[in-house]
Amino acid sequence: MLKTFPKGGVHPAENKLSKGKKIEKLNMPETVTIPISQHIGAPAVPVVNKGDIVKIGQLIAKSGGFVSANIHSSVSGKVLKIEPSMDASGYKRMSIIIKVEGEEYEPDIDLSDTLVKECSLNADEIKKRIADKGIVGLGGATFPTHVKLSVPPGKTAEHLVINAVECEPYLTADHQLMMEKPDEILVGCSIMAKAIGVNKVLIGIENNKPDAIKLFKEKAVSFNNIEIYALKVKYPQGGEKQLIKALINREVPSGGLPIDVGCVVQNVGTAFAVYEAVQKNKPLYERVVTVTGKNVKNPVNLLAKVGTPISELIELAGGLPEDTGKIVNGGPMMGKAVNNQQIPVTKGTSGILLFPNKLAKRPEVYNCIRCSRCTHVCPMNLEPHLLKNLSNKALWEELEKERVLDCIECGSCSYTCPAGIPLLDYIRLGKANLNRIIRSRK
Amino acid sequence: MANNRLLVSMSPHDHGKDNVKKIMYGVVLAMMPAFLVSVYYFGLDAIRVNLIAIAACVFFEWFIQKVFFKGKPTITDGSAIVTGMLLAFNVPTNLPWWILVIGALVAIGIGKMSFGGLGNNPFNPAIVGRVFLLISWPVQMTSYPKIQVLNFAITDAETGATPLALVKEGLKNGEPFSQIIESMPTSYTDMLIGQMGGSLGEISALALIIGGLYMLIRKIITWHVPVAVLASIAIFTGILYGINPEAYADPAFHLLTGGVMLGAIFMATDMVTSPMTGKGMLIYGVGIGVITVLIRVWGAYPEGVSFAILIMNAFVPLINKATKPKRFGETIKA
Repeated sequence: MLKTFPKGGVHPAENKLSKGKKIEKLNMPETVTIPISQHIGAPAVPVVNKGDIVKIGQLIAKSGGFVSANIHSSVSGKVLKIEPSMDASGYKRMSIIIKVEGEEYEPDIDLSDTLVKECSLNADEIKKRIADKGIVGLGGATFPTHVKLSVPPGKTAEHLVINAVECEPYLTADHQLMMEKPDEILVGCSIMAKAIGVNKVLIGIENNKPDAIKLFKEKAVSFNNIEIYALKVKYPQGGEKQLIKALINREVPSGGLPIDVGCVVQNVGTAFAVYEAVQKNKPLYERVVTVTGKNVKNPVNLLAKVGTPISELIELAGGLPEDTGKIVNGGPMMGKAVNNQQIPVTKGTSGILLFPNKLAKRPEVYNCIRCSRCTHVCPMNLEPHLLKNLSNKALWEELEKERVLDCIECGSCSYTCPAGIPLLDYIRLGKANLNRIIRSRK
Repeated sequence: MANNRLLVSMSPHDHGKDNVKKIMYGVVLAMMPAFLVSVYYFGLDAIRVNLIAIAACVFFEWFIQKVFFKGKPTITDGSAIVTGMLLAFNVPTNLPWWILVIGALVAIGIGKMSFGGLGNNPFNPAIVGRVFLLISWPVQMTSYPKIQVLNFAITDAETGATPLALVKEGLKNGEPFSQIIESMPTSYTDMLIGQMGGSLGEISALALIIGGLYMLIRKIITWHVPVAVLASIAIFTGILYGINPEAYADPAFHLLTGGVMLGAIFMATDMVTSPMTGKGMLIYGVGIGVITVLIRVWGAYPEGVSFAILIMNAFVPLINKATKPKRFGETIKA
């Protein structure tokens, strides 16, 4: 029996169209638009001015607080302007716009492909390096990695859990990275394990990636503290709480964090970024992005520089198909729809997904028939139909009792609802209003 | 180059393939085996009753929707067709058309639309209609035509008592159960395939089970309610039969006669009027089973499935409250 989380979950069609496609390097764009807020937490503070000349990997905005991250230039060239520009959130946010000139790297970045296995830094030095290089969680939530690796006083970490699940349909960026950079990823994992002081690393990979499971099982033998687990395919197994439950059968308490059950969870892409930061001195200024969709001519996995407009990525995948009805930044279950092709790739961009008109539309809405499928698929055991009703009636405090804040917004309820009710929309509304009330209590 | 034809909506951007319409037509398809059996034994009358009930239900829903609710018509979702068919399944095939139409009006008008339409009704509309007719026209509702294999001539068929009524009457008169069964022309095999008198769609346990299995595979229903209803009836009547096999009918008889199969598989499983959790469904199913046996054994009516379902429908909100799912991570302290 393969492991998985016991309660809830759905099985959307996988549609991994870009599976096995080698990671291609995107050409240098003409200009890049680098938002200063690409992570959860305080925006970074720009440290360059208009007209400055920057190199690839140069710090251009520094961390703006404890929960924040450094931002580095992904290109060499001249800072054109610093002004608000629309990002994937749909809002205009402060961004540094750089015109590309040449290709000049910061001299301390090791650009070679040689594997550097040994790491002589101690835990604090590793965390400092990770913070310096602006590493954030690459699974989509973009939480600053050094913060996650800092175990709060009073808590102890026992396991480092690596999320190599990639449960989002369509996306293959993590899978492809695992196939091409397994040694680097494993070194990255052991570096993170050292940083948090644990000697057990668990890597969870869903069973739809048998090649990656096999490769990692072979490679992990030379590391005495890394275990590979094949998991049954089920969305949303990439959710931290679901992954921990699946791997070691511990339940993160309601309202709690993985560290409450002795776990730190990191994405497999983050492990690679950590490797590059610590062993190669390379800041996080580029990442693997899957560009895909049913009508896309050539679904691809690309290594794209942060700040590149997504139009250039789409171009490389064969251009925007005629009847595109929706562009999603991320996967189909949790990604954000965007309204134009000029928005830039950021640290959190795992995929660009193009939907033809037919698939872009939401389903027809009927009355709720109380089939309770939403309750059965909710991985957090919430009752989405009830949350929807409470939210609709603006009973925010009732929502708190129903633990609406435990919702991980995986979208399984809306996905399943035969009445086509956008349950998660109502739940988000409820969460936002409840959070507002909770803040005002303080 | 903002493309204003791009749709911007919140995630998820993918949706499962099932919808209300598919579920409703799935139920209609699941009723087909039982419908075909009814045509086999009751002839054209079975078709007539189904058509009238469906047409009346669809019409009343359309009319009430148009006059009182306005907005987009809802009749295409298929739920009125399901209600119509279930109502037809629950009446004798020789029922006068006007009684059937009144039944449809009560089912759709009072049972469903007065609460706000699909999804808002606390009671199963078809059963509301059926019980209304049973109380208002008890004679017409319990004069079941004798079955005739593939007889398509329109004749005034003879009526006869159902096995359930025969046994109830016999036991009341103090006859031993074994003797009543022996004197009955209907064997247990007949009951299984449906060769006996009864309401239109309830006679063939086998056909209903086939439909139930189809709904189970399509995930329209779960096993909880049918299993709980059938098991509780079997256990309850089994105990009684064990105590005195002459004064009480055996479990197989109870399961195969009357509306038990139709009720357990098609009526009690109605999503709208049954509980939301597996545990709740089990409680609800056991409640239906127990009340059915209570009515059948000690009540005034030979059959009690409809009443049992209506009574348990009323408890659904309470059951839902009592069986709330335990939240992920709820039991552990942070």
